[in-house]
Amino acid sequence: MAVRIVSFALLIAAWSVGSQLAGQRMLPDPQAVALMMFEEARSGALAFNLGATLARVAVAFVLAMVVGSIIGLVMGRYRIADRFGDPWLVVLLNLPALVIIVLAYVWAGLTETAAIAAVALNKLPIAAVTVREGARALDRGLDDMAQVFRMSAWTRMRHVVLPQLAPYLAAAARSGLSLVWKIVLIVELLGRPNGVGFEIGVAFQLFDVTKILTYALAFTAVMLVIETFVVQPLERHASRWRPRTA
Amino acid sequence: MPPAGDLGRLEVDVKHKSFAAASGGKLHVLQGLVLSLGGGEVGALVGPSGCGKTTLLRIIAGLDRDYEGSIGLPDHGRLGVVFQEPRLLPWRTLEQNVRLAAPEASDATLIALFRALGLEAHRHLFPGELSLGLARRAALARAFAIEPDLLLLDEPFVSLDDALAARLRDELAELVTRRPVTTLLVTHNVDEAIGLANRLFFLSDSPTRVVAEVPIARPRERRTPEELAALRAEIARKLGQT
Ligand SMILES: Nc1ncnc2c1ncn2[C@@H]1O[C@H](COP(=O)(O)OP(=O)(O)OP(=O)(O)O)[C@@H](O)[C@H]1O
Ligand SMILES: [Mg+2]
Repeated sequence: MAVRIVSFALLIAAWSVGSQLAGQRMLPDPQAVALMMFEEARSGALAFNLGATLARVAVAFVLAMVVGSIIGLVMGRYRIADRFGDPWLVVLLNLPALVIIVLAYVWAGLTETAAIAAVALNKLPIAAVTVREGARALDRGLDDMAQVFRMSAWTRMRHVVLPQLAPYLAAAARSGLSLVWKIVLIVELLGRPNGVGFEIGVAFQLFDVTKILTYALAFTAVMLVIETFVVQPLERHASRWRPRTA
Repeated sequence: MPPAGDLGRLEVDVKHKSFAAASGGKLHVLQGLVLSLGGGEVGALVGPSGCGKTTLLRIIAGLDRDYEGSIGLPDHGRLGVVFQEPRLLPWRTLEQNVRLAAPEASDATLIALFRALGLEAHRHLFPGELSLGLARRAALARAFAIEPDLLLLDEPFVSLDDALAARLRDELAELVTRRPVTTLLVTHNVDEAIGLANRLFFLSDSPTRVVAEVPIARPRERRTPEELAALRAEIARKLGQT
């Protein structure tokens, strides 16, 4: 913990020094950013924009995880599905995020649906590929066991398959979350009238580095909190049966 | 012979079973393997390693349908299987493992089972925290908890020390005596087979078939060393004939 605090303090110090060297316009000092954050928070703009972005992150993330995991599971279990779906996955994986976003806006208009679909489509193939890996590694012996004891489809899913996929789902979720929020900002920059990405876009046009840093830092802080208080506890819960390693 | 219409009867007639070998070609594992067990009888399959015992149990359990022949299961055909490895769900406790396989089992049944197998103190442990002996017992408890019509046991006591294997064998004998169920047991150990079964089936090397069938009078009873020696001699004679 102490090391972390020292490291964090050093970062702030380096920032201050950098700001002295580069000048307020290029790199405002920490106090300026803190002040702006306070003012944006008081006016409600910060909460409003953070909320809009978070909502998009949440919807796109859940959509991509659910659909991507189902696709990955089916592809990992059935050869035919794998052969059929693989070219699609390869194309989606290699399509630049920007292309998907621009095409979504062109085809579906500058709408919320287009924005969220574009983000979800960017994340979906990665989730599918990760979960497919997990589905390929499913223990045949446990499958046989479940079949012999005539476990219901629900019991198999809940107690046999999902616990085996948990590490893969966690990996997909972890990498997915950081990817999704970065892409959401781009989507907002290109075609939404609110959200952190939109604000940063406006600040960019006005060359307002203070505002850019304010929103970037606020949003990163929120994602860190989610990572620490939601993602990590969930991972710990899912792996509670593993014998502790010394 | 048991009467016709014996509800617990198991009829196995595997005409042919082969695997595609990785190098191309075919691996003929079972050929003309016929055996039957009356309801409530315990049969023991004794055969060399790799001859296809696990393959046969998988066919009987309906896990492998790629064979020629037919299997007649006991009525209702509720299956209890103890696999060669315990195959417990590592992320569920011992008790949850049993309950998931046997959701209809009453608390009283489970308590009695856990007590009979000495598992009471370990019910809340995860499989990773169990010794192999305990995990094997948990697998036995799971197979009995569903009150099966047919019990398949694949070398349930292998790689346990002799004393523990003997104890578990007694516990198993006790369980099948208390609630008779048609049982097919795979083992390498002739003494174990004599100690548990009504009927021994000796298997050849692959392609495997039954080379000798030895019925055992008074199964699961204490025997004098002389009686045991006589039984072994009889088995040796029958095997010699083939
Ligand atoms: N899925 C499979 N694909 C190809 N060959 C297989 C497969 N399963 C088993 N075999 C082969 O079939 C033969 C019989 O295997 P099986 O596991 O039934 O033997 P076993 O009698 O149970 O042996 P053990 O006593 O060592 O457990 C072996 O030669 C094995 O290599
Ligand atoms: Mg085997």
